[in-house]
Amino acid sequence: MSQEITRVPKENVIVSSSPHLRHEDSTRGIMLDVLIALAPAAVAGIVLFGLRAAAVLAVTIVSALVCEWLCCKIRKIPNTLGDLSAVVTGLLLGMNLPVGLPLWMAAIGSGVAIVIVKQMFGGLGHNFANPAITGRIVLMVSFPTAMTTWVKPFDWMNKTDAVAAATPLAGSETTLRQLFLGLRGGCIGEVCAAALLVGGIYLLLRRVITPTAPLAFILTVGGMMWIFGENPLYQMMSGGLLLGAIFMATDYVTSPSGFKGQLIFGVGCGLITAVIRHFGSLPEGVSYSILLMNILTPYINRLTAPKPFGTVKEKKRKEAAGNAK
Amino acid sequence: MADKKNYGQIFSKGLVKENPVLRLVLGTCPTLAVTTAAVNGIGMGVAATVVLLGSNIVISLLRRVIPDRVRIPAYITIIAGFVTIVQMLVKAFAPAIDTALGIYLPLIVVNCIILARAEMFASKNTVLPSILDALGMGAGFTATLVLMGAIRELIGAGTVFSLPVTSAFMDPMLIAILPPGGFFVFGILVALANKLAKRAGKKPVRSLGCAGCPSAAACGQKECPSADGEEGGDVA
Repeated sequence: MSQEITRVPKENVIVSSSPHLRHEDSTRGIMLDVLIALAPAAVAGIVLFGLRAAAVLAVTIVSALVCEWLCCKIRKIPNTLGDLSAVVTGLLLGMNLPVGLPLWMAAIGSGVAIVIVKQMFGGLGHNFANPAITGRIVLMVSFPTAMTTWVKPFDWMNKTDAVAAATPLAGSETTLRQLFLGLRGGCIGEVCAAALLVGGIYLLLRRVITPTAPLAFILTVGGMMWIFGENPLYQMMSGGLLLGAIFMATDYVTSPSGFKGQLIFGVGCGLITAVIRHFGSLPEGVSYSILLMNILTPYINRLTAPKPFGTVKEKKRKEAAGNAK
Repeated sequence: MADKKNYGQIFSKGLVKENPVLRLVLGTCPTLAVTTAAVNGIGMGVAATVVLLGSNIVISLLRRVIPDRVRIPAYITIIAGFVTIVQMLVKAFAPAIDTALGIYLPLIVVNCIILARAEMFASKNTVLPSILDALGMGAGFTATLVLMGAIRELIGAGTVFSLPVTSAFMDPMLIAILPPGGFFVFGILVALANKLAKRAGKKPVRSLGCAGCPSAAACGQKECPSADGEEGGDVA
């Protein structure tokens, strides 16, 4: 059995069949690791886009915490602020927003993510979709103009009014080196490929995530875009692909738990993203692809469920029963 | 079934207890489609109520005449007659509402609420209870549509009945008047209605079980975890 299966929150594991291997990880510990892994990209975003970026991140985190606390009050359950999952949701959402977004819109995004997507379905572990990605999509559909107004990096140093810049996917000229360092327009946390990769490597080393889904996701996008005749490296580093692949396609709750399932999940995300990028009217498809695959996750899990040791497939059993007669 | 004491109940059950949209989950297609504005809710609600009233009266009168085997085609024909009348009236006297409701006005023919009331009530009861049932269900339907339309219009356009409320000082959340917003608002209202009903001691509406589940073929579970408890299943 792969290890991540044993990493469910402890209170959910009351009586279990074998394997009895337990891991000492707690929800809080894993969330802390995710926060540490997100930190480089968040810091890079603040350096590139200024204090205003820090304000957006602070608003999304604080409003996520407030919503979580209120939901626990209303549901009359012990508050779950301590597991840090609301902080992760708030930070991830903030990193998926453009720096110039009005702060009240950012707060609404957190509210949707925590209240509607997470708590209304029963809280952490019961949500069928990634709260941060769904919050972003709701904002994207609700406020299309504000959500696609990008600012050039280091603009805040010039003290001029914000100049709108296109994201590389919408056609502005950016070199691969600029993409790698994050010198481009885009959401706060998605621009700096280098910092995101550092975070991803940290999560891999800490064995919080497995490389299956992110690699399948990123390589599928690269391969598809290469087939479509575009520069695969450019496509792999632009948009929200790295952020989505490393931090959202690996969410325990909303992505499959086995190797095969994660492979299907990653490839599916990659195909949808590539198709939206190449054929769609939207510049970016990462968030939609993850949401769509989130919805398919229970089915993928069912199709790829490992066969318990010693069991015989239904068909074979029937054949055996037929022979016996 | 209906003695005089119950007439009040027959009417009032459609409002909350057996609210067609929120408790019986009937007629969700027009509900989601037309509630982008509060005024559409009134238009759709009144049109459907008139049709429901007419069809309930006629079906209840003909309940001993219509053969059981062909009752559904017979009901549909009767309902279609009333829908045609209503559609022509709306086109003539309220062309704006006709434009707003679009295809959903003629689609009242296949509205689940009307067919369900014909099947469940009018075909088994006399004329007077059938009239009350139609009025109660129609009022419940209209009230729900107006409520949903008002919420979606307020969030999605910043107005209620086209009067500005918040549109002056904040950008409306477009998603509310788009299809996903319809599902969000609908889901939250159903949850609230169930919560209220539960508090009043009524059982929550159960799902139809695996037979009514679109995922039944792919699911393969013998018992549906989402059907057998209020907590729902831990499917994800």
